[in-house]
Amino acid sequence: MKQPKLIQIKNLAKTYNNDGVETKALKNATFEIEPGEFIAIMGPSGSGKSTLMQMLGFLDKQTAGDYFFKGKNVKNYSDDELSDIRNQEVGFVFQAFNLLPRTSVYENVELPLLYNTQKNNKKENNLKIDNALKAVGLEHRVDHLSNQISGGQKQRVAIARALVNNPSIIFADEPTGNLDSKSGEAIMKIFEKLNKAGKTIILVTHEESIAEYARRIIQVGDGKITKDQRI
Amino acid sequence: MYLLNALKFSQKNLLANKTRSFLTILGIIIGVASVIIIMAIGNSAQRLILKQVEGIGSNLIAVTPGASKENGPPASIYGIVIKTLTNDDLETIKKSESIQGLSAIAGYNNGTVSVSRKNRDENLSLIGTTSSYLEIADTKISQGRFFSEKDDRSLDKIVVLGHTIAKDFFGNENPINQKIKIKKYYFRVIGVLEEEGTSAFGALNQNDSVLIPLKTAQKLILGVNYLNFIRIKIANPNQINLAKKQITQILRAEHDIDDPSKDDFAIKDQAMALKTLEKVTDIIRYFLLAVASVSLLVGGIGIMNIMLISVNQRIKEVGLRKSIGANNKDILTQFLIEAIFVSLIGGLIGILLGFIISFLIFIVVNYLGYDWEFLISIFSIVVAVVISVTVGIIFGVYPARKASRISPMEALHYE
Repeated sequence: MKQPKLIQIKNLAKTYNNDGVETKALKNATFEIEPGEFIAIMGPSGSGKSTLMQMLGFLDKQTAGDYFFKGKNVKNYSDDELSDIRNQEVGFVFQAFNLLPRTSVYENVELPLLYNTQKNNKKENNLKIDNALKAVGLEHRVDHLSNQISGGQKQRVAIARALVNNPSIIFADEPTGNLDSKSGEAIMKIFEKLNKAGKTIILVTHEESIAEYARRIIQVGDGKITKDQRI
Repeated sequence: MYLLNALKFSQKNLLANKTRSFLTILGIIIGVASVIIIMAIGNSAQRLILKQVEGIGSNLIAVTPGASKENGPPASIYGIVIKTLTNDDLETIKKSESIQGLSAIAGYNNGTVSVSRKNRDENLSLIGTTSSYLEIADTKISQGRFFSEKDDRSLDKIVVLGHTIAKDFFGNENPINQKIKIKKYYFRVIGVLEEEGTSAFGALNQNDSVLIPLKTAQKLILGVNYLNFIRIKIANPNQINLAKKQITQILRAEHDIDDPSKDDFAIKDQAMALKTLEKVTDIIRYFLLAVASVSLLVGGIGIMNIMLISVNQRIKEVGLRKSIGANNKDILTQFLIEAIFVSLIGGLIGILLGFIISFLIFIVVNYLGYDWEFLISIFSIVVAVVISVTVGIIFGVYPARKASRISPMEALHYE
């Protein structure tokens, strides 16, 4: 039997309705994603690339079309099931890091484990956190508070947090947007390394230099997919 | 595990905004402290009042003129002068041998009279009574002597002074056998009563009274031929009900009454008076408690207000938590626990504060000479804790629901 695709979307569309004014943020998006891909979704701001990522990352629901994740239609999941999928199957890295303030590096990385509905023990969790921090090279900063470290380190904590539940996909929304070029490069190197180790990475960016790390580029413009090419 | 973490986050958020947290908690602190204080004061005041009434003697029976309901006040309290209780009634009861365990009986006439000596002139409370007064009032003479049984029958102008009066009018002089003017008559001082503890009821305070023989009071000073009331002491409290029945029969025969509904006198004992008093003071206590609870309500609204601001400030945090797998219930629980945590901390500090203030009141009131007890009931503490948690839940639910319904996508983009 053929292995189902990791992600398969068919005519996916999203229409926002703000006080009676309809905005078509995404129209008829159709593509597939295989496990282990490194994809950059590109486009100018307002093009619909973030909307696309949010739907792929189970943060928002489409208004038309279908989204199959590991062969199952996402439409049929309840809100709580979607929460579990976000917890187990995906990890997010945001432009603004979104760490909890006045909270240690360790506690920030631990956060997704706290929402893990499967029972897990403290020892196992410690191991998971250690591994995640090692993967981003921050094992020596566990006890620092999130506001005591540099921007690059903050983003590495965020990646460790995204990794801790060992998800299938990591979504990164402009992960280098708030960083200087040197720290940005270091962050991209981490994504590259994770992808080589088998993780599927989906990156949203408008910077060519960042997109170059990816091996497939999906261009979005005015809510439509304008280009989809493997490099 | 999850509750513990929610508590940890609540604590972090509280410490992050110390001033704001303190002001939020302050409302609950004041509310809970006032509930504790008011319940403590209510209990202590009630005990004080009841103790003083008990102090009159728990095995006393009072006969008052005019009919009155079993638990109601005597008819005379409404200002009606009733003349149906006479010296003959007193004598008949005294001479009756059928009353079980009667150990003392005294008649009373009260009034306010001008008392003067040298340059001093005061309006004082006058008690006209008989020789058994000492036993009935459970008091003693500190100087001289009290009225004898012979004095009960005489119209002698002799007076026994309350402790304060003796001091005020005679200072360091020995008052015995000196003269003091009551209305227009000169009375000879034959004794001084010992000092009595301060009483909450001025009327019952014998320190500020002058006592003269019953008949002298009626004929010479007050110009009446009836009694205000009779007090009877029964040796054994178990015999009180029987004695009451017997006295009722005697007085009905004396007054030619066949129909009990036409009784022109009322007989009460201390236990009944205590019950009535307890009922009245209970009502006052619960009323005060209700007033104090209003401040808790205000405190709760304060919590809701701050929680709503907090939800708006932490909208991005809610988005992040949802994006990493928190469901609506998780967010609801977190904000609810935070609200309960705030109000519970306020409740505990409030209990402590209430405790301290009640204790200070206890010290001050005792210093003033009242026999005030320090009473904090477990009940009031339980009530305070339950109320503060309830306030937390009630006023935390709305902001928590609001937080839990935030869409993760919108929350992450919120600036």
